[in-house]
Amino acid sequence: MKTNKTTNIRIAGLGGMGIIKSSQVLAEVLFRAGYDVKKAEVHGMSQRGGSVTSDIRFGTEVLSPMIPNAETDFLLILAPEEIDIHRPALRPNGVLINAQSFDAVTLPNKKSLNIAMLGTLSRYLEIPVEAWNKTICDIFPEKLHAINLASFEVGRNMVK
Amino acid sequence: MAERQLLSGNEAVALGALHAGCARGTGYPGTPSTEILENFDLIGGEAEWAPNEKVAAEVALGVAFAGARAMVTMKHVGLNVASDVLFTAAYSGVQGALVFVVADDPGLASSQDEQDTRRYGIAAGVPIIEPADSQESYDFIRLAFTVSARWKTPVILRMTTRVSHTTSIVRPVDVVEPRATPHFVRDIPGRVMIPGHARIKHKALRAKLAEIQEWCETEGPHILFPGQSGIGIVSSGVASVHAREACPEAAFLKLGMTYPLPFKLILNFLKDKAQRFVIEENDPFLVEQIRAAGGDVPWNPEPYRMGELTVDRVRRIIKGDTTPETPLPKGRPPRLCNACPHGYVFEILKKHDCIVSGDIGCYTLAALPPLSAMDSQICMGASIGIGLGLRHVLPEVEARRVVSVIGDSTFMHSGLTGVAEMVFNPPPTGHVLIVLDNLTTAMTGQQEHPATGRRLDHTPTTRIMIEEVVRAMGIKNVTVLDPVRQTAELEDILTKALKTNELTVIVCRQPCLLAAGRIRSYEQKA
Repeated sequence: MKTNKTTNIRIAGLGGMGIIKSSQVLAEVLFRAGYDVKKAEVHGMSQRGGSVTSDIRFGTEVLSPMIPNAETDFLLILAPEEIDIHRPALRPNGVLINAQSFDAVTLPNKKSLNIAMLGTLSRYLEIPVEAWNKTICDIFPEKLHAINLASFEVGRNMVK
Repeated sequence: MAERQLLSGNEAVALGALHAGCARGTGYPGTPSTEILENFDLIGGEAEWAPNEKVAAEVALGVAFAGARAMVTMKHVGLNVASDVLFTAAYSGVQGALVFVVADDPGLASSQDEQDTRRYGIAAGVPIIEPADSQESYDFIRLAFTVSARWKTPVILRMTTRVSHTTSIVRPVDVVEPRATPHFVRDIPGRVMIPGHARIKHKALRAKLAEIQEWCETEGPHILFPGQSGIGIVSSGVASVHAREACPEAAFLKLGMTYPLPFKLILNFLKDKAQRFVIEENDPFLVEQIRAAGGDVPWNPEPYRMGELTVDRVRRIIKGDTTPETPLPKGRPPRLCNACPHGYVFEILKKHDCIVSGDIGCYTLAALPPLSAMDSQICMGASIGIGLGLRHVLPEVEARRVVSVIGDSTFMHSGLTGVAEMVFNPPPTGHVLIVLDNLTTAMTGQQEHPATGRRLDHTPTTRIMIEEVVRAMGIKNVTVLDPVRQTAELEDILTKALKTNELTVIVCRQPCLLAAGRIRSYEQKA
């Protein structure tokens, strides 16, 4: 990955799917890795089951907090019905990580799909797996460590 | 340099206020400003929710009159409520320091309008400081306190949704200012704004602003970025980072204080630029002022004044592209939760074809399909006054269908004066007011208010009972019921009330589904 440019990741889905949480984990991992990071999300009415989008941008210097049109490098879609809304945001050669890819695998808990998708994303980013695991443990309460670490691993193993 | 932290703009404001020695933070919840006070409390600041923004601003002004530093937080429309305080506090000035932190919502993520708070700076004669990211949110709240203390004036820190709710890196400053020791210094001509005193203070305000403008010219928090092209861009706040990304080769003057403006600096910056732009979000606030000062800058096309500014939009402005933008596909709109207690009430109102004068809160979502059961929503508390106005002039058959609907927090914010009007000037057909009491300020994320019996930090305080208040104010027919378990009774009381010429208040009390668990745990702790 080039470090002199901004890398753009969007996590999108519906309220209650853990988008805010997974984007918090992602931003924290990138922050600890020493990057400049911006994470922009929509609060407020979106908490009522509406669409939720979180843009995470990192690099040496991030300017706008929002990803410009068609510049998303990685698009994580937790609600399949939201794909059409975000497809125009993806770069022509961008990577789409879709909830439907997880239909075939067994997650320790359906609610940890958000973290499983970060596992898949982690294959594309130059950050050691230990750093991801440590951040997940620092952010989630202890009783949720095992589920989320295992889900992360399932997602990570989906890309060889 | 202290360790770097990853903070939202709102968290950075809270930390900066704490480090600036802010003695008390007051406010009323409102997206996107809400998390400032919640975080201020979490990190050890004294924070409170007031019944509304006006009272919050008054409490903060009292703190500042006592020689301490105060912050009052609100969303843009909250400043409309608090503006009565702002305009005259600009005259009186302060002893300690007073910062209004006001968060605008360009693009209306969760608001009823897109007003631009910067206009209040000019209107009231109050300096405006605009951060672009979390680092500046931290630095500029501290600067706002410094400016306020130095010139004894209120200052507005203007946030926007993307500044408040974007998380980015902050390096706090090691120097933490101690809190002032409050002490009352009598200053009757300075704080009693009768005409004889206020005339003098108005002159003093203008002189103060002239001094601040001079400071802003030479020492203001502005940044110059030299460019490699003939393009010169003047910008501020989050618009400046969109613009720098869209046009990296341009020269930039990024303004940190946007009222009073440093016109000499701006005109000097613009004079040798072949192409000039002013990039800002919301109103043409900078463009108007710079043009009035003789700056040759173009107006931006009108459509870009509406909605959020983006990198793509700045590219279009620079290119002079005014072709219609491709509308972004719409996501799923928010809606009432399944089995929300409010839903039961609106089903009945819809069934009886009521004309529903609504208010601000989660329940406003009842205006959307499939319920489509709300006919107006304007501002906090307006349900009662508008409902009464409709009743006064509509033909009797229609007037009898009018019902005002307001939430518990909104009722405490601005509903009490509406009830006073209801009792004072009742329409010939009487009126029916439904208070949807879900025991929390649900829409903004479950904050406390005077009728929950808990303060900002969820510790107990005296609870105001809405039914007792309206009875004491002269409403004869007052009922409290559970809209989920007593739906039939609610329908019966409502339909009977609509036929009488009396005043009726029905309090529908059932905790918000999302808040119920937390409310139970607070009650157990108490």
